[in-house]
Amino acid sequence: MLDSILFYFFGGVAVLSAALMVTRRNAMHSAVFLITTLLATAGIFLQLRAEFLFIAQIILYVGGIMVLFIFVIMLVRLDAPIHQIRFRMQKLVAVLVALALGFEVTVVLLLARKLPGGGLLIQGSAPADKLPPNSEELAKSLFSNYLLPFEIASVLLLVAMVGAVVMAKNRKGTDES
Amino acid sequence: MSPATQAVLHFLQTWWVELVSGVVIVAVVPLIAGYVVLVERKLMADMQARLGPMRVGPHGLLQPIADAVKLLIKEDIVPQDADSFIFWFAPVISMVAALTSMGALYFGPDFRVAQDINIGILFVIGVSSLGFLGIILGGWASNSHYSIIGAIRSTAQLVSYETAGGLAIICALLLSGTLRIHAIVDAQSDHHVWFIFLAPVAFFTYLVASIAETNRAPFDLPEAESELVAGYMTEYSGFRWALYFLGEYANMIVVASVATTLFLGGWLRPFPNVHWLNWLDLLPALFIALVGIYCIYRAGKQPVKIQVWFMWAVAFACFAVALIFLVPWIFASLKFAILGLNGAFWFLLKVSAYIYVFMWLRFTLPRYRFDQLMHLGWYILIPLAIVNVFSVGVALLLEAEFGWNRWLALIVTTAFTLAIALFLVRSHDKRVAAASSASAATSDSYAG
Repeated sequence: MLDSILFYFFGGVAVLSAALMVTRRNAMHSAVFLITTLLATAGIFLQLRAEFLFIAQIILYVGGIMVLFIFVIMLVRLDAPIHQIRFRMQKLVAVLVALALGFEVTVVLLLARKLPGGGLLIQGSAPADKLPPNSEELAKSLFSNYLLPFEIASVLLLVAMVGAVVMAKNRKGTDES
Repeated sequence: MSPATQAVLHFLQTWWVELVSGVVIVAVVPLIAGYVVLVERKLMADMQARLGPMRVGPHGLLQPIADAVKLLIKEDIVPQDADSFIFWFAPVISMVAALTSMGALYFGPDFRVAQDINIGILFVIGVSSLGFLGIILGGWASNSHYSIIGAIRSTAQLVSYETAGGLAIICALLLSGTLRIHAIVDAQSDHHVWFIFLAPVAFFTYLVASIAETNRAPFDLPEAESELVAGYMTEYSGFRWALYFLGEYANMIVVASVATTLFLGGWLRPFPNVHWLNWLDLLPALFIALVGIYCIYRAGKQPVKIQVWFMWAVAFACFAVALIFLVPWIFASLKFAILGLNGAFWFLLKVSAYIYVFMWLRFTLPRYRFDQLMHLGWYILIPLAIVNVFSVGVALLLEAEFGWNRWLALIVTTAFTLAIALFLVRSHDKRVAAASSASAATSDSYAG
């Protein structure tokens, strides 16, 4: 009862604010609604007892990435470029992409119906206090089963970071010369 | 009974502790924040040889309530060109984030709001950092230069110092091996030592980073009065301004609680495992009774009759509280209660001490310049924090794999960290000296 109320609340907020994010004209308002979407999704994670995922979403996306988004929006005046750059084909491309995505989703849903259980794996639900603590479980699987992908991802991030520093340095050098 | 009422009743039966303590936090924290402001003003007055607020109530004790009433009835001004939608709710974000993050804190072994969630400390840090969204959005929505510069500074400061603070927290988490708040304090009790002694560099890093994260002097660049009027809250007035203020002070309490939990042993009394020091458990009752005796002593010196009565009332309240603390010693069957009460006393004492250090620094140190702040963050604090995570990890490895004594391992690695810190500071000084001599040369050439 309470679970379904919470689920529909978070889900409704997520969908509604995602729609508002796309339709707002003001970039800052879009950013705010993106934050709301991310928070509502985090709420759904929490409801699934994925506490670590919940807090990772909040710290990384809302506390980190969105702060940088807002920083950029504040520093760059977006009003002028919005009027200057009009990508004429945008609407056509958007419709095509949306159609393709809708087609894919429909096909997946139709095919899944033929699988046993309607394609949904419904396992016996475990009570919340019986679940293993999921931050520990996540750490174990990251550092044992998925060590190589984990390391590759971190090297990739390091490369991106070094690349950003190098690009920033170059820009500074040309400015001074 | 209809099923709906039954569901509501069931809900209340399961969650009433959480609901009541949540309401208590929302109701009490603003009051505490108000009195923290009063303590700050009194301390500032004391350090500057003044009296501070004296008019409202005895020794200005009712000043926070008068301030709150004043802020509530002040005109609420919204600038014409402001983004009214964001302007309206930005202060709310700041306050709600700070209050929500208190939900996962433990104020004593049994004083808590939420269940013991297994991401406790991350929840507190993550949710309290959301308060910055309120500052940034409020600064942007005001549509004023001072506000937006304050907001931009605030963002830059947050991004720089949250990294160092997070790395400092990782050190304490490495030592405790868990994210649960209760288990972190239990780990300090098992280690027989507070983590501040095992990881002093991490505590120092967290102290500096937490001052920067709460926007307090000497890092209060986002609201530097002499440069930016009031920074991001320049355009705010009345109750919205009060919400920002409340969020700021609630945030201070949150970072102090996190530091207490991680480094200062939470609700543990000093030397929790030394049995011949068990009389320390009587200290809270004794302390409160002494406050009462001091009130009686001061009562004779009050100039106005009502103040004399007030002092007597405070004294008797203190004696009553001291008696409550003593009850479990008289009735042994209530022994379990004393742990909770004493724990809350020690926890609040440590939090107050941490906040006192904040205020002390504020009245002692001059404000940093913005580039100095950034240099301190990126050139010294973050490298130091990274090296410290590495050396605490090495110390734990030496202890676990090579059977070193824990103290020996930690002293060696801390010495290594301090050597690195010295190197960082020296190289930074050299860089600053080179830059200033270069700029002096150019200014000379212009002068000539």
